[in-house]
Amino acid sequence: METAVTKTGTEDKTWGGGNQPLKVSYGKMMMWFFILSDALTFSGFLASYGFSRFKFIDSWPIADEVFNHFPFLHGVDAPMYYVALMTFILIFSSVTMVLAVDAGHHMKQKKVIFYMFLTIIGGAIFVGSQAWEWKNFIKGEYGAVETKGGQILQFVDGEGHRVGLKDIAIINTHKDRAQHERKNGIWFKKEGTLPTYTIEEIRAGFAKRKDLLIRTQTLTEKGQKTILSRTESLKRMQADAIGIVEGANLTHNEYGTPLFANFFFFITGFHGFHVFSGVIINIIIFINVILGTYERRKNYEMVEKVGLYWHFVDLVWVFVFTFFYLV
Amino acid sequence: MAHDTAHHESNIGRIWKVFILLSVVTIVEVILGIIKPAFLIETTLISMKLLNWIFIILTIYKAYYITWAFMHMEGETKGLRRSVVWTGIFLICYLIFILLTEGDYVYEVFKSGYVAWDF
Repeated sequence: METAVTKTGTEDKTWGGGNQPLKVSYGKMMMWFFILSDALTFSGFLASYGFSRFKFIDSWPIADEVFNHFPFLHGVDAPMYYVALMTFILIFSSVTMVLAVDAGHHMKQKKVIFYMFLTIIGGAIFVGSQAWEWKNFIKGEYGAVETKGGQILQFVDGEGHRVGLKDIAIINTHKDRAQHERKNGIWFKKEGTLPTYTIEEIRAGFAKRKDLLIRTQTLTEKGQKTILSRTESLKRMQADAIGIVEGANLTHNEYGTPLFANFFFFITGFHGFHVFSGVIINIIIFINVILGTYERRKNYEMVEKVGLYWHFVDLVWVFVFTFFYLV
Repeated sequence: MAHDTAHHESNIGRIWKVFILLSVVTIVEVILGIIKPAFLIETTLISMKLLNWIFIILTIYKAYYITWAFMHMEGETKGLRRSVVWTGIFLICYLIFILLTEGDYVYEVFKSGYVAWDF
């Protein structure tokens, strides 16, 4: 690296260049400042999540009830186990990364290759898990009813267990609601996907099943959702309910306020994008290590720099995990 | 930059120790999150549940170890350490204070009931 530097004739002066007050190379220092600015971006997201949460402090969805899936365990209530597993995978891939950096300091090419390979695998598993989590969230589980004011009403039975729309609806076979398509109208506009049931079908089913009650978004003193009495439930179904929601997107969310879904998509999405780009950068460096680039260069500092980025991704996840799933 | 290879003794032992520590803290967090001890939820400190304070402190504890041990911040010069850590912490604290105060204010406005929103 030094061979390409041209002399300026001011080397002996304090500001003449050539000295490193922070005793790190330019690349590593800039990686640190990039990480600082990226940390501020993530803090902005998490702090605005906090803002929205404080704004709706008594009606925010309960994370344990939203993220309770585990692969191959259908219908089992497994709050947080999966996301805890994901956290371990990411922490472990951080460990293999730091082991790769350590092996790099000792110029052990074979070991660097092995540990970087494990890191990349860990990262890939994490991104895949994130995708699975998104799929469950978007698909939803029980479905809910939305009111005129955009409030979400969910259904529970006498014991407080959630009841899905499919167990409530009495399907009216005489009326078949046709989906409006582009080719049918004058203005070549089509409508969005039709929900599985209509609000009338849910209303009829709800009136018939006497044990059903409505659960609103409002939290009680103990931090649980408020359950209305049967008469109140019937009243709300008649007067306020206007549509049904299955799953979540950016405007409707069966778990509660749409803001929850927006922040979920945005923050975990942005983090997932970081993991993805981290995996790509890791692969590039991994190929370089195999080709022996750093062996010829006689130092493995590039592994260290990509390692810093990778640990940062882990660091952010620690905070996302806390504020999205635990608090 | 040849000096990099010269004075780095292996610290594999420390890496595994930190890994175990991070794992134990995560397991404690998950267990607390699942059982949610009643007294931790009922006690509030500075308008937040004690349980949430525990989660946040444990998270910062984990973040400290990731930065110091894995990212090797402990080995950097004082100047680099302070310019990264202090800048970040100061700005983040400021942002959190401002946004949470504002969020709480908006909540009070909603609660005072001049605008109907639950219909």
